[in-house]
Amino acid sequence: MQPLLKISGLMKSFGGVNATDDVNLEVKKQELHAIIGPNGAGKTTLISQLCGTLKPDAGTIEFEGRNITTIPAYKRAGLGITRSFQITSLLLAMPVLNNVALAVQARDSHSFRFIRAAHKISRIRDAALAALEQVGLQNRASDNTATLSHGEHRQLEIAVALASNAQLMLLDEPMAGLGPNESEKMIELLRELKGTHTILLIEHDMDAVFALADRISVLVYGKIIATGTPDEIRSNDAVRHAYLGEE
Amino acid sequence: MGTMSRKSLVTLFVLAALAILPPIFLWAGNAFYLDLATRLVILAIAAVSLNLILGYGGMASFGHAAFIGIGAYAVGIPAYHNTYGEFDLVASYNGMFQIFLAVGITAVFALITGVICLRTKGVYFIMITMAFAQMVFFMFVSLEVYGGDDGLVIDTRSEFPLINLDNPLHLYFLSFGSLVAAMLIVRTITRSQFGMVLQGSMGNDERLVSLGYNTFAYKLTAYVISGAMCGYAGALLGNFTTFISPEMMGWTRSGELMFMVILGGAGSTIGPVIGSALFVLVEELFSSYTIYWHLPFGIMLLAVVLFLRRGLLGVISGSGKNEGH
Amino acid sequence: MDFTLLFIQTINGLQLGLLLFLVASGLTLVFGILDFVNLAHGSLYMVGAFICASLTFIIGNFLWAIVISLPIIAFIGYLIERTIVQSLYTRNHLDHVLGTFGLILVLDTLAHLIWGPAGIAVPLPQWLDGRVELFEGVVVPTFRLLIIGTGLAVAAGLFWLVNYTRLGMLIRAGASNRTMVSALGIDIQLLFGLVFALGATLAGLAGMLISPITEASIGMGGEIIITAFVVIIIGGIGSIKGAFIAAIIVGLIDTLGRSFLDTLFKLVMSIEAAESSAPAVSAMLVYILMALILAFKPQGLFPPKVR
Repeated sequence: MQPLLKISGLMKSFGGVNATDDVNLEVKKQELHAIIGPNGAGKTTLISQLCGTLKPDAGTIEFEGRNITTIPAYKRAGLGITRSFQITSLLLAMPVLNNVALAVQARDSHSFRFIRAAHKISRIRDAALAALEQVGLQNRASDNTATLSHGEHRQLEIAVALASNAQLMLLDEPMAGLGPNESEKMIELLRELKGTHTILLIEHDMDAVFALADRISVLVYGKIIATGTPDEIRSNDAVRHAYLGEE
Repeated sequence: MGTMSRKSLVTLFVLAALAILPPIFLWAGNAFYLDLATRLVILAIAAVSLNLILGYGGMASFGHAAFIGIGAYAVGIPAYHNTYGEFDLVASYNGMFQIFLAVGITAVFALITGVICLRTKGVYFIMITMAFAQMVFFMFVSLEVYGGDDGLVIDTRSEFPLINLDNPLHLYFLSFGSLVAAMLIVRTITRSQFGMVLQGSMGNDERLVSLGYNTFAYKLTAYVISGAMCGYAGALLGNFTTFISPEMMGWTRSGELMFMVILGGAGSTIGPVIGSALFVLVEELFSSYTIYWHLPFGIMLLAVVLFLRRGLLGVISGSGKNEGH
Repeated sequence: MDFTLLFIQTINGLQLGLLLFLVASGLTLVFGILDFVNLAHGSLYMVGAFICASLTFIIGNFLWAIVISLPIIAFIGYLIERTIVQSLYTRNHLDHVLGTFGLILVLDTLAHLIWGPAGIAVPLPQWLDGRVELFEGVVVPTFRLLIIGTGLAVAAGLFWLVNYTRLGMLIRAGASNRTMVSALGIDIQLLFGLVFALGATLAGLAGMLISPITEASIGMGGEIIITAFVVIIIGGIGSIKGAFIAAIIVGLIDTLGRSFLDTLFKLVMSIEAAESSAPAVSAMLVYILMALILAFKPQGLFPPKVR
């Protein structure tokens, strides 16, 4: 089967430091593929190149067999790649519902619709509410986003990704800063999404990664040193040496 | 919901006052106040149009007076040629044609400058919009045909069916009706799907891009709509003053317009109207006492920036935690 | 083409460029370090000119008047920073613009109250009032050469300040990062006050230097501030080097455009069309230049490293 996402020979350096060093990676449909690596391994640089906010120096990115290396960020989203943000970048001045509704609305070919009030369009409203319900935020729909807790912001990030109906969800450290209870909730949520959505998960929380991932790639100094099932990764000498050993 | 209804009450009150008071002033034999109200209402249209991009799109244009100026010259130049000959292509007193010119040219100007301005952000955007306005300012200063620095007198006002702009009351109600229309347009646009994207991009542009929106195109569209509405206000202003000069588009005018929006409260329908009302009235009051009225006026502006962050409407409508909707 | 005129106009262009640099360098310094947009910078230029004009009449010597005016305008700048500007640092750039817009009205009206509505012509000492024959047929006013010399000296001084001093180190490190600066154990309040005072001094000096040519007047600040902003936008906001290069370019293009554009236009269009369009185009030339540069480099020629 053709992989959903295929990265070949991707390179990106900043002032002589290779943040992405010949990365080759395949993400299959419906899998939850996790990328782990120590701080400064180049995880966020990789995500930025995938969603198009950063241009790679060399290499190709293919999505559904199509070369998307050079197409602009907003068009990639249109193809079905969506990302969540590490530092919460939700629209804090807007109600919770609007954050999700904007993701639903983005599925349309365009939003140059000037007349009808957006909140009265039931198609958008219903889809947004459904996404909120999936992450358990349905009761907060009309609250101001700024009033939500950190954990709820994380959940809302997932709801936004869900609502955009993405074929590939890039989740950038969804557990960051969560307490044990909230982490538990988030793992549960991701487990529910697993199998129905293709997810590329970048995460620090090892327990979460090993509990959830179908496959794991280990990124160290911009290089992928191993890819495999959680069991394979656990027993991989190179990984133990370069990464797990340090923990 | 409390703030919502209070905001609506304020809106109704302000609009009712603007509908009823000026004609009463006229009948009471005080035509001066009608003039004041007309100027106020026309500037309010410009402020409402600026608010569309400033208050809902986060685009702080410091060059909106240029649109007013271009709109005014779109009335003055055709009228001039109709009176003194030459350039038959545009020579006309026809108000519909002049407004078509005003709106069309400002829209095109906004489109061209917007493409460049919107590549920049923050203080660069502020300064570039200002610089483009200066460019238009200097163009008209050096156009000797139309009076250059000294400006141009409009001998004949725009001609419309049924409306006679030489009648101050007609001019006032045309302006007032236009203001209500402008407010409705901005209100509708900002609540639409388009408006959601616009406000989203103000909150976090990168997120909107990652969702798949070409935010540049949305912002540019809003910029063009705003510029064209401001051009329309300029056409009215030309008819009101019957004297136009490059001075109307100097950068201080753009600054004043921005102040009206902030003073009243950006990002609400009625805010800019309150702001321009207060601005015009205080200006009138101070300048009737002393020729040094810019001193207290400047201090007032400073005080507004330092202490009245959310604008007057923010104060009137109480805590106002739910900004916007 | 008349080469004598070309040469003289090039000198004039350089003089305008260096004057612009004096104004723009203060603006860009304040922006680069304080992250503050000062629309009222032009008013400091005006106040400098008025103070120097008054002192010239009191003590009867223009150069001594400048020497005494410089610390006065620096002190005024420091006062403004302490009383108004410092409470705007935590706000966004739009608030800076609006606040200093109010400040312009206040300063301009105060100048109006103190010095009256008419401009003040400033007499030059005799030895500066003459002309110098640089070489055969090319005669240049001595005073313009003084402006050029002063501008170059200030530029050299600023380059030294930025590249070889502790303050310069802070500037280059992107000192708008307040936490970092205070971590270095520097009194931020004092540093910011001094930087603002330095900016005010540079603007004031420019105003003093131009007042014998144009006289000190209320509107002079508003005229130069926009061009100064064009300069720092072209150069890249925060960059002294950018401000210098852009100021020279803008000064030359503006001056040469006004005197030679009609000649150029006559090569490609009718004399009548050239004579009617050249003034309009030459007045817009620097803005066209700015638009072109920004279309390709949205952050100017020397963009700030982080912002």
